[in-house]
Amino acid sequence: MTDSQTSDSETAELETFRVETRAWLEANCPPEMRKPATSDADVFWGGRNAKFSSEPQRIWFERMRDKGWTVPDWPKEYGGGGLSAAEHKVLRAEMAKMGARPPLSSFGIWMLGPALLKYGNEAQKKEHLPKIAAGEIRWCQGYSEPNAGSDLASLQTRAESDGDDFLITGSKIWTSYANYADWIFCLVRTDPAAKKHDGISFILFDMASKGVTTKPILLISGYSPFCETFFDGVRVPKSHVVGTVNRGWDVAKYLLQHERAMISGMGERGVGRPLGQIAADSVGSDALGRLDDAMLRGQIATFDVDEAALAACAERAVDLAKAGQAHPAFSSAMKYYGTELNKRRYEILMSAGGVDALEWESERSKQGARPRAWLRTKANSIEGGTSEVMLGIVAKRILDLPGA
Amino acid sequence: MALVLTEEQSMLRDSARGLISDKAPVSHLRHLRDSKDPTGFSKELWQSFAEMGFAGLLVPEEFGGSGLGFMEAGVLMEEIGRTLMPSPFLATSVVAASALNRGGSAAQKSEYLPKIANGSLLATLAIDEGAKHRPLQTSLQAVRAGNGFKLSGAKALVVDGHVADLLIVAARTAGAAGERDGLTLFLVNPKAKGVAIERTIMVDAHNAARIELANVEVTADSVLGEVDQAASLLDGVLDIGRGAVAAEMVGLSDEVFGRTVEYLKSRKQFGKLIGEFQALQHRAAELYVDIEITRAATMKALQALDADVAKAASAVAVAKARAGTTATRAVQEGVQMHGGMGMTDQFDIGFFMKRARVCEELFGDANYHTEQLALARGY
Repeated sequence: MTDSQTSDSETAELETFRVETRAWLEANCPPEMRKPATSDADVFWGGRNAKFSSEPQRIWFERMRDKGWTVPDWPKEYGGGGLSAAEHKVLRAEMAKMGARPPLSSFGIWMLGPALLKYGNEAQKKEHLPKIAAGEIRWCQGYSEPNAGSDLASLQTRAESDGDDFLITGSKIWTSYANYADWIFCLVRTDPAAKKHDGISFILFDMASKGVTTKPILLISGYSPFCETFFDGVRVPKSHVVGTVNRGWDVAKYLLQHERAMISGMGERGVGRPLGQIAADSVGSDALGRLDDAMLRGQIATFDVDEAALAACAERAVDLAKAGQAHPAFSSAMKYYGTELNKRRYEILMSAGGVDALEWESERSKQGARPRAWLRTKANSIEGGTSEVMLGIVAKRILDLPGA
Repeated sequence: MALVLTEEQSMLRDSARGLISDKAPVSHLRHLRDSKDPTGFSKELWQSFAEMGFAGLLVPEEFGGSGLGFMEAGVLMEEIGRTLMPSPFLATSVVAASALNRGGSAAQKSEYLPKIANGSLLATLAIDEGAKHRPLQTSLQAVRAGNGFKLSGAKALVVDGHVADLLIVAARTAGAAGERDGLTLFLVNPKAKGVAIERTIMVDAHNAARIELANVEVTADSVLGEVDQAASLLDGVLDIGRGAVAAEMVGLSDEVFGRTVEYLKSRKQFGKLIGEFQALQHRAAELYVDIEITRAATMKALQALDADVAKAASAVAVAKARAGTTATRAVQEGVQMHGGMGMTDQFDIGFFMKRARVCEELFGDANYHTEQLALARGY
């Protein structure tokens, strides 16, 4: 059989999959779920205490979960859909075409899952992956500390050996939704004598454990999506370490690639109204239908060019990974550009909204949705590694420029 | 369709790169410039292009070509961009071949396409008239005379104009400058009475010409496509040219960038390699990201052209706009980071800056294409 015959039959199979997927989505995605979530409360995060904000949200989640499509490309044995990379791309494309939103948002899906699939042992995979897929357990990430931000590897939260357990003491900061999370994946220092990258372990534990407390941090947006998290002698079995003890930095870095890919996705908004039309609501248009603010129009058009180009690059990054040609640090490049672009988007939205975008509390402004979202984006280029850290990674790991 | 090169496309790239880097490194362009070469490119090398199937890359197999697509044309353009090789490939094999293939009658195709494929015919599109690319502003007049037309007016930036065997001239048969209706394409013999061609030596040392037509008589058979209705044919042909130039600019940007990064790793000041300075590291990293994003946008545009030329306009606008801003940034950073060396003619970097400037104007600059996207999105 020649290559072209192989690809022809693959193409035919994919086409069948596309047709079936489209039909299934048409039949099963409630109309209310075919537009972007309007607020954080409108997003389903799962977890022990999860509540659905609407009936369509519940229906959509349960139908997708039953197909394994909360995590379409995970193996079926762990609650996934078992789709190939090509099928997954088709599913994403069909969902995007319809405007269908993800049925479940979860740090378990975006961050922990990929790390467990690569570094977890069989017992850990069987224990945790199906609960992530089914939205039963909500996870948070214990990475940053008050004195370990961009220099993450200098973290000080310590895990001391006590028989079959570790006793964990220290504090984390910027722990997203720690106050809602059921479990945490956490970086701890298991060997204080080793060099800073070599004494870290990646460990999982229940946030209901004795000695765990959380305290939300009020941000400039007026919201508290992040917490300070304190550990006071929290007892965790050693079997909860993922990968090898003291080799947690490998797991941490691998997970960060996924986190960066997730955050860079915030700059891509394939669906929804074009920015130029949103701006027209407040700025108005001339007789030819052009925005009544030539400079703003130019900014928006330049933004649209860059956004479309980034979307192509994100698509290519997936294709490169599938072809085994991706550079492992490429997610840093995408994270840098995607987050800077998203900040630009919100600067434009604020400029376009003018006075209307300044109200903070009224019903009319949906409790200041736009200015709060604008302020929230300022964290994009800080969380998960600052833009400056990303550029440093690109310079050293991809361009191989000299110096530490 | 995945946004990565297929195995066949990678092989095409490798064989093009082998030929071009061997026979036409930047020193080849330098030699043509310094010797004031009357042709402006190497005929011998063009014959090699024909023998390897590159000259007829887009020409259907039934007319003796390779019958490949725009992705493949982009692969070649990217390699051409890396060494700034002067070649009829863009004007003849991409733009003119597409115009003839998409708009030509059976007789026109069988007359011209085989000659393009075997390298014996050079052709070019004469479109721009003013300082900026504004296809709908075409005002070169074509008036009916007997069974044919008489053409009068002037064209600028006609690539390979002084060596072309066939001119494809955009003219106005009806309506006023700015209108879509009333445009017609004509096949004009450059040796016809009333055609005056002035080779213009450009900043990039690549071929271009100004052409004046004074009552040039052409027959009705010289019309390419339909009278008054050339706008959509032109849209497609120009978009194909834009996608190809964007690919050339990606190759050019990537090459300048590669040379610049190598310089950062070898030049020492203040007792260390200048690539150790974070101020330069971050600028290099930003440029890398820009180039990768533009590369993806360009591949997307070429794929869109392969899928359906008529639906590729927005993807092409994005690619050409990005290619313009990215190449402009790449060559400026290239010169700046090479310091004083970057300002010397002896060093190659300046050649890239000059070619990037011309590519930016070819078929519309970044501002033009950004405007096109805004119009397409209705704001």
